[in-house]
Amino acid sequence: MIVFDDVAVRYARRELTALDGVSLGASRGALTAVVGPNGSGKSTLVRALVGRVALSRGAVLVDGESVSHGSRRALATRVAVVTQREEPAFPLDVRDYVALGRFPHLGLWRGPRRADVLAVDEAIALTETEPLRRRAITELSGGEWQRVRLARAIAQGGDAIVLDEPTTFLDVGHEMAVFELLSRLAHDGRAVLLVSHQLNLVARFADRMVLLHRGHVAAAGTPAQVMQGAVLERVYDWPLVVTRDPAVGAPSLVPLRSRTRGALP
Amino acid sequence: MTPARWFLLAAALGAAMIAGTMFGTMRLLPVDVLHGMLGSATPMHTAVVRELRLPRVLLAALVGAGLGAAGAALQGATRNVLAEPYLLGVSGGAAMGAVVAVALHAPAPLVPLAGFGGALGAVALTLLVARAAGGRGDARVVLMAGVVVGAFANAAIMVALAGADASVVRGALWWMMGSAADASWSAVRGLAVYVAIGIACLLLLARAIDVLALGEDTAAGMGVDVARVALGVYVAGSLLAAGTVAAAGLVGFVGLLVPHLVRMAGARTHRAIITAAAVAGAALVVLADLIARTALPPAELPLGAVTAILGVPFFLARLRRLA
Repeated sequence: MIVFDDVAVRYARRELTALDGVSLGASRGALTAVVGPNGSGKSTLVRALVGRVALSRGAVLVDGESVSHGSRRALATRVAVVTQREEPAFPLDVRDYVALGRFPHLGLWRGPRRADVLAVDEAIALTETEPLRRRAITELSGGEWQRVRLARAIAQGGDAIVLDEPTTFLDVGHEMAVFELLSRLAHDGRAVLLVSHQLNLVARFADRMVLLHRGHVAAAGTPAQVMQGAVLERVYDWPLVVTRDPAVGAPSLVPLRSRTRGALP
Repeated sequence: MTPARWFLLAAALGAAMIAGTMFGTMRLLPVDVLHGMLGSATPMHTAVVRELRLPRVLLAALVGAGLGAAGAALQGATRNVLAEPYLLGVSGGAAMGAVVAVALHAPAPLVPLAGFGGALGAVALTLLVARAAGGRGDARVVLMAGVVVGAFANAAIMVALAGADASVVRGALWWMMGSAADASWSAVRGLAVYVAIGIACLLLLARAIDVLALGEDTAAGMGVDVARVALGVYVAGSLLAAGTVAAAGLVGFVGLLVPHLVRMAGARTHRAIITAAAVAGAALVVLADLIARTALPPAELPLGAVTAILGVPFFLARLRRLA
């Protein structure tokens, strides 16, 4: 559904290209994860999708149409994005915040219709944020805030949801809950594209993985194909081994202490 | 905001307007005011109510409504609680236009027009500078451009006034400090249409401002054309402020203070914030004008000085809360 086709992005006044010919796709019914070290270009992919950086080559396509041609509003009804950082400037109530997800569906003046109200209620139920409805978004804990943001993205409707590091600041339980929810959204038919640092969780939940390194795709495929010790060690520039996770048998990365390699990198 | 608070807000505006019509050099009773409006009072009372007090109170209310709404929208769109309607060079440009008109001994009715022209010129210059810097809808770039244009205008004013006659300096200064003393029914009618259109435009943008206030990347992902909405708010807010400047000079602090007040009172979405800020701004300026003309009779205080004096204790209290 979402296709990045040979995408290149170059930030002004910077030596390296942030993305240099990246091609990958996220299809409906699957959880696709993009992983890679800091600065490998993961977040730039998301910014390219929402049109916040100009492409110097290639195209981002949603159902075959380039996102740089159609209207932002029409795109937002099909693809919801949860960006890495979002710092609200003012204390909106949670229910008003989640309802803002319907923004691309509303006219200039007309208020929400029944379908909008239903979408908001459903999103709140799915993310179990009902008890937070009347709280201000500036007063939520890190975990609550991530769930509420997810609720807003689900309320936005559409078949695709793109998330940039949705589990930062979350403890194990909340992190697992988010991954379970994303996996459920994918298996209900949505295209879920996830940018994450959580290699081991991604390896358990994702249907497809794409490993980025310095703006290039270093590996892509099933978690078993991508989670290869030699490739990961080169990309992350750190000694590591890949084992099997004892619970479900998914590939699992264990970083080693630096002295096993002789010196600090 | 709860319905009770909306009611209180409206009642405050009503009370301020009634008080503004009652008090002045000649003190009237509420019943005199009513008779004056209906034309059944003595000719003297009728003239005071209809020709002096009412236009002045209404003009003050419109100025306050415009400044309050513009400030609320600009603070939302820039995600900055220190933003205010004079931000994009409106105050500097208006003052420069007025000073030039006074220095050239232009007839009195031309001074506000020159102020309006100066404000428009400064806003256009600010947006051009921001665009040339590559800022597009970037709030930080636009804010900086406004600071630069404002500083330049202030420097130009000081240079122009350095060699001017004392009477020119006094005339320009008086106008810069704001006053509703020149209120007339024609000014009220003109400003009413202008402010109504301006506030309507901001209300149409209110939902997009809610989204924009979440941050530019998030807003882009939710279908907001960030650069276009921001530009729309800057232009509508600044034009609104410039219109109030033409009617009553520079009335500082209202556009900065009132949005804080209404957010503290519980207004959350920008449709509520902008509406409440318009009502609260109107009440505040009517009250300030009442104080300006009754505090030290027979002298009249500059309106902008009174609004600033009213604003300072509020901001001191806020500061204590922040720290």
